[in-house]
Amino acid sequence: MSELLVKEKQVTVPGEVLAEGMDYLPGNNTYREGEKIFSSKLGLASVDGRAIKLIPLSGKYLPKEGDTIIAEVIDILMSGWRVDTGSAYSAMLNMKEATSEFIQKGADLTKYYDFGDHIVCKITQVTSQMLIDVSMRGPGLRKLTGGRIIRANPNKVPRIIGKKGSMVSMIKDATGCRITVGQNGVIWLQGEDPNMELLAVKTMRKIESESHISGLTDRIKSFLEKETGKKISAKEGEKNDVR
Amino acid sequence: MNKASRKHIIELLDKGIRLDGRKPDQYREVSVEFDVTRSAEGSARVKIGDTEMITGVKMELFEPYPDTPDQGSLMVGAEFSPMASPEFESGPPGIESIELSRVIDRGIRESQAIDLKKLCLKKGELCWMVVIDMAPINAAGNLFDAGALSAIAAIKDTKLPGIKDDQVDYDNKTEDPLPVKKVALSVTVCKIGKHLIIDPLPEEEKVIDARLTVATDESGELCALQKGGEEPLSVEEIDKMVELGIEKGKELRAKLES
Repeated sequence: MSELLVKEKQVTVPGEVLAEGMDYLPGNNTYREGEKIFSSKLGLASVDGRAIKLIPLSGKYLPKEGDTIIAEVIDILMSGWRVDTGSAYSAMLNMKEATSEFIQKGADLTKYYDFGDHIVCKITQVTSQMLIDVSMRGPGLRKLTGGRIIRANPNKVPRIIGKKGSMVSMIKDATGCRITVGQNGVIWLQGEDPNMELLAVKTMRKIESESHISGLTDRIKSFLEKETGKKISAKEGEKNDVR
Repeated sequence: MNKASRKHIIELLDKGIRLDGRKPDQYREVSVEFDVTRSAEGSARVKIGDTEMITGVKMELFEPYPDTPDQGSLMVGAEFSPMASPEFESGPPGIESIELSRVIDRGIRESQAIDLKKLCLKKGELCWMVVIDMAPINAAGNLFDAGALSAIAAIKDTKLPGIKDDQVDYDNKTEDPLPVKKVALSVTVCKIGKHLIIDPLPEEEKVIDARLTVATDESGELCALQKGGEEPLSVEEIDKMVELGIEKGKELRAKLES
């Protein structure tokens, strides 16, 4: 007889038994050992038919093809740049993919991207050996100048961005900051008013810590309204509750 | 490496504000908690913002050194566990932890915070040694000030253990405190560009030009100085930093009373 031991949206820790018996199937971030299904991460359990899934609440970023990330230049090579992706694997930015400009043979590559520069780039390829290629060709991909970089939990990035970018555009409207959120959890922001910039950081930290509690969008909206004293119009159909 | 971050920090300081919204000469929230461990003779936990430091004082008996037969001794150590920060490595103590313990040792020693002569039991034969051990629980900037504050708090909290046949009887604590003469603590003032700040965040610590740790006692007298960082300091800057250090030292000292 199979038995489910967790409720929907219950917080589980690694090693916790989620279900007993063969009627349930292990989904993402869970594994089976004998008759039992265990959690392999800190996360929220969710049951989908017979499969048990886990929405992770913590953990490092894992590079995925097509992700737009914010990376830091860590090395300059003969043929391009090596960048830190915030995951266990660094990525390669080839000279061909770096700019639309023609780069002379033997040119000083630090003129384009120097050590410690942050760039918005897109992951074009991830091999099975985790060799990663990134590109700077595409809309919005650029070198970041000025502003500050903060690091958030990559699992919370979808919450920070919101449905169709609703959450981040709400923060942008309220604080007047320019914000770019990378899928790897690195966030760049720049504001004219340092207090507003600080408020944007605070708001994102709040989203990070409260994203698993339902009614997030309304809470963030009233938080921003209280802090700025302005009325914020939430856009239609953009409730952002937990998945 | 941190050019962009440094530029941003300086731009904010030009407007009189820090990364976390503080003023340049403002501490994060400071709290002091006494008697936090059972095994140490005295202990304290100090929190400055997210930085947390636990310090314990152990008392040992030893034969005094020949050059100071009528004085007890003082020893300060710091261990930076990798749990406190991803930048700390396990293994033998690194240069940061050695500097930290030496700077705090100097502050306590040179201010004569503890009357070492009163720690002598039998001249030339038996004296107390005060062993101060500091452990950062979370390193989020400004370990110097957190360390110095927790060290003096732990010293104030210390009760001497009993003695049986010239051996320490750790199970029986007496009510006798350490002979504390002065309350010495330090304030670290950092220079970024032309700005002076105190209580740096880790992001700020990475981009400072220079820092000066100013140890003072309750009368505002200077006890020790330690300069760090790559850039030189002018005489005027040192004057300003010392002044700021003395002023902020008073603010920190008030936290010890409550």
